[in-house]
Amino acid sequence: MESALFYILSAVTVTGTAFAITEKHAVHAIVYLVTSFFALAVIFFLLGAPVVAIFEVIIYAGAIMVLFLFVIMMLDLGHPERARLPGIREWWPALALGTVTLASALALVVSRAPAISAPGKAIGVKEFALALFGKYGVAVEVISMQLLFALVGALYLARKR
Amino acid sequence: MSPIALDIAIHLAKIALIFFVVLTLAAYLVFAERRILAWIQDRKGPNRVGPFGLLQPLADLIKLLTKEDFRPAGADKWLFYLAPAMAAIPAILTFAVIPFGAPLQLFGREVPLQVADLNVGLLFFLALSSIAVYGVALGGWASNSKYALLGSIRGLAQLISYELSMGLSLVPTVMLAGSLRLSDIVGAQEGIWFIVYQPLAFAIFLISIAAECKRIPFDIPEAEGELVAGFHTEYSGMRFGLFFVGEYINIIVLGGLATTFFLGGWHGPWLPPFAWFSVKTLAFAFFFIWMRGTLPRLRYDQLMHLGWKVLTPLALVNILVTGWILMLR
Repeated sequence: MESALFYILSAVTVTGTAFAITEKHAVHAIVYLVTSFFALAVIFFLLGAPVVAIFEVIIYAGAIMVLFLFVIMMLDLGHPERARLPGIREWWPALALGTVTLASALALVVSRAPAISAPGKAIGVKEFALALFGKYGVAVEVISMQLLFALVGALYLARKR
Repeated sequence: MSPIALDIAIHLAKIALIFFVVLTLAAYLVFAERRILAWIQDRKGPNRVGPFGLLQPLADLIKLLTKEDFRPAGADKWLFYLAPAMAAIPAILTFAVIPFGAPLQLFGREVPLQVADLNVGLLFFLALSSIAVYGVALGGWASNSKYALLGSIRGLAQLISYELSMGLSLVPTVMLAGSLRLSDIVGAQEGIWFIVYQPLAFAIFLISIAAECKRIPFDIPEAEGELVAGFHTEYSGMRFGLFFVGEYINIIVLGGLATTFFLGGWHGPWLPPFAWFSVKTLAFAFFFIWMRGTLPRLRYDQLMHLGWKVLTPLALVNILVTGWILMLR
């Protein structure tokens, strides 16, 4: 049951992401990406991480993509269907990143590392919070400092001159 | 019947019950709103179809189903068709985590009156309410109409802003209950309801859910004086009906959540638990209708000012004070 669900969800995630990349219309691309985030969230849930699953939906699908949509709706993008395919010079960063990802996946398969199996029970909010703010507390602080810089930067750019 | 089959059957029965009750209630809430508004304005309201006009929702349904399903030229076909469902589905999905009655003893086992007792129930509600934005945004954008687009941009900004104060106003209830599980939050209010400890959080939550339902005084996404009908201007027939019913489902669901978080859920003396839950939820629905009959619409800048500069800081201070009191106790 779980493995069948997993394969369906991963198919949705991969197809959704692929369509999000190839779709020329920005609003449609967002809808595809949100679909794939949803499927990903349910995969997290199956892995016994309900908190991560919910935050995937709240933060990625519910906040970040909504902001993207907000900006895209305000912009006049002209005729997206007339957009040309990117040339080779614009392709190479994507190619390099893709190669690294594929190589890592291959290395993982070749090394025959034991597959990560879901823990017997779901991780509760308490365990999650203790790990996040205890063991990884420094990382959380560093990231929040970065967000503060971004906030101050945005304020500086948007202030009245 | 094997235990698993029985489990599935019980769950399906609960889901069917919720669908039936919530959809019927939403249809009758439209009728109740028209009658109560008429009563406030010293009119009679719809009273022709059936006794006291009670069959009016049925007549409305037939009218909406037989209308032409119209799509404006230049509209984005798929998103235009999908958006009404995107608005209505998250609203009714939220009901999955609301405990609407005390656990029952059925077939020799305890059956909780709640579809899914998630340990992240409160976050599940916040996730779905952040998803509900897409119906409004995409519906207005896909219509290829300036009024609809303006309405959906306003709606987007409003929903994002008030989600923040809504989420923050719920933090104190989590601190008091010590859990994000909704059945635990209801259980923690067996003695004293959280509204007694947290009147400010309750007020912020109430204002925020009024904004989340896009009701007067916060109905600027569909302000009919300025934007025709806002984000659903171009919709007709049952697709418009889906937007409309979704709004009323939202009222019922958010009323149920306010009951769960602040008014002790299904706890109460004398009456059976399910009756207490219904009475409290419908009281919220009545309050929303009453508000619509009483208050004028806010201006867009006033709405943003209230959300970001008043409610959000107040909610943060409230969390801080609650934390101090819990530490000192």
